Amino acid sequence: MNTQAQTTAARPVAVQPPMAMLAELTHRCPLACPYCSNPLELAAKASELSAADWARIFGQAAEIGVLQLHLSGGEPASRRDLEEIVASAHAVDLYTNLITSGVGLTERRLDALVTAGLEHIQLSLQGVDAATADRIGGYRGGFARKMQVAGWIGTRGIPLTLNAVMHRQNLDRLPETIEMAVEMGARRLEVATVQFHGWATLNRAALMPTRAQAREASRIVAEARERLSGVLVIDYVTADHHADYPKPCMGGWGSTGLNVTPDGRVMPCHAAHTIPGLDFPRAPETHLGEIWRDSAAFNAFRGFDWMQEPCRSCERKTRDFGGCRCQAMAFAGDARATDPVCIKSPLHARLQESAEADAAAEGVALVYREGPA
Amino acid sequence: MTGLAEQAVPRLLRGVRTKFDGVRGIWVLLAPERTLKLDAVGAAILAETDGTRSFGEIVDRLAARYQAPRERIAADAGTFLASLIQRRMAEAE
Ligand code: SF4
Ligand code: SF4
Repeated sequence: MNTQAQTTAARPVAVQPPMAMLAELTHRCPLACPYCSNPLELAAKASELSAADWARIFGQAAEIGVLQLHLSGGEPASRRDLEEIVASAHAVDLYTNLITSGVGLTERRLDALVTAGLEHIQLSLQGVDAATADRIGGYRGGFARKMQVAGWIGTRGIPLTLNAVMHRQNLDRLPETIEMAVEMGARRLEVATVQFHGWATLNRAALMPTRAQAREASRIVAEARERLSGVLVIDYVTADHHADYPKPCMGGWGSTGLNVTPDGRVMPCHAAHTIPGLDFPRAPETHLGEIWRDSAAFNAFRGFDWMQEPCRSCERKTRDFGGCRCQAMAFAGDARATDPVCIKSPLHARLQESAEADAAAEGVALVYREGPA
Repeated sequence: MTGLAEQAVPRLLRGVRTKFDGVRGIWVLLAPERTLKLDAVGAAILAETDGTRSFGEIVDRLAARYQAPRERIAADAGTFLASLIQRRMAEAE
């Protein structure tokens, strides 16, 4: 079996300009969420790009067509120069979104960020009460702080999205999560069922939702969307281990978005480093446009030529692009395989059985995310 | 919601803005976690939506500028703006 994602043949796939960029400004974070999507091997503080490096990267991003910038981490507020970084993104007219747990933000910092050009905040939610949230986030006092920050965001009228990662231990409280978003005055809520990448791979047995929970969540979301139309927009990431078809990961590899790690490696998605054989060039030394257009990593799964059966001759391939390459790698040992979530994958039954087994596990302790060096 | 009252004053919410995308050569609407590519009609409607003009005024101006039947413009602009309101990108008073 070919487990390497070598790209030898140069393929003339039409390359569209990227729409969005996710900048992981740091992997440092006061929290320790067991589902953190950061890699198990975190980038050390000493390896982080400087604000000046980020400014160059943002300039290149704007030049090649990036419109939306998501400032993420780790916890971006762990960087003392976040305000400067936001200002440099604003200077090249990128739409700036801050993805934060709220810990590390003060009223003064919020004001400075808005002055620097910050347009939107996405606040993560670990639970709807202090006991749950602080247990999941592995940080005492985190929930109280987050509620305070939410209040400051509300008073200032900063557009807010609440991002709630849902899993077996909190899915039963989805209705309260939705209420909380409304009470906070959030315009949007992301109900994001845990995806098993990064640290979540160590917590499958503790976090895997049951099939009944997944079904109930879909019903609750559908009902809330109707009831709250014009009040709260709900984006819903379903539990794909219980689904029949995979998600169109990243809207297609190398088609709409890119990720930059704290040390400047440019990747097609945040888990792409789990695919052996892909080499990620570094920004800003290598121009983002060159990486996007020409790098082997970005071309590895562009278009449809790389596909195998059953994807190759499937009519859904233009919709889901064969699903997630990293999930194919993790489960099939081959990044070119059909995402095992798909009902047409020979591994589908095995994936679902293992999801059922994980969902039925009892008394499993959480493995918390650690901090970088 | 399928339309807007003549006297309603629509405006984009904070954190929602139009931008000419020089790389693609099109107008876009940038909003939290969303980018909408605007066609000529959508761009023209939003160019008139300045937060002070009423929906009726916006329709009048578009009808004059494009010499199109008022009812058609009102229907198109009403549907478009109502969809932005429903998606929490705009509001109307
Ligand atoms: S998921 Fe949790 S641990 Fe990971 S960066 Fe976000 S807040 Fe920090
Ligand atoms: S076979 Fe491939 S393209 Fe078809 S639905 Fe499954 S993952 Fe998608």
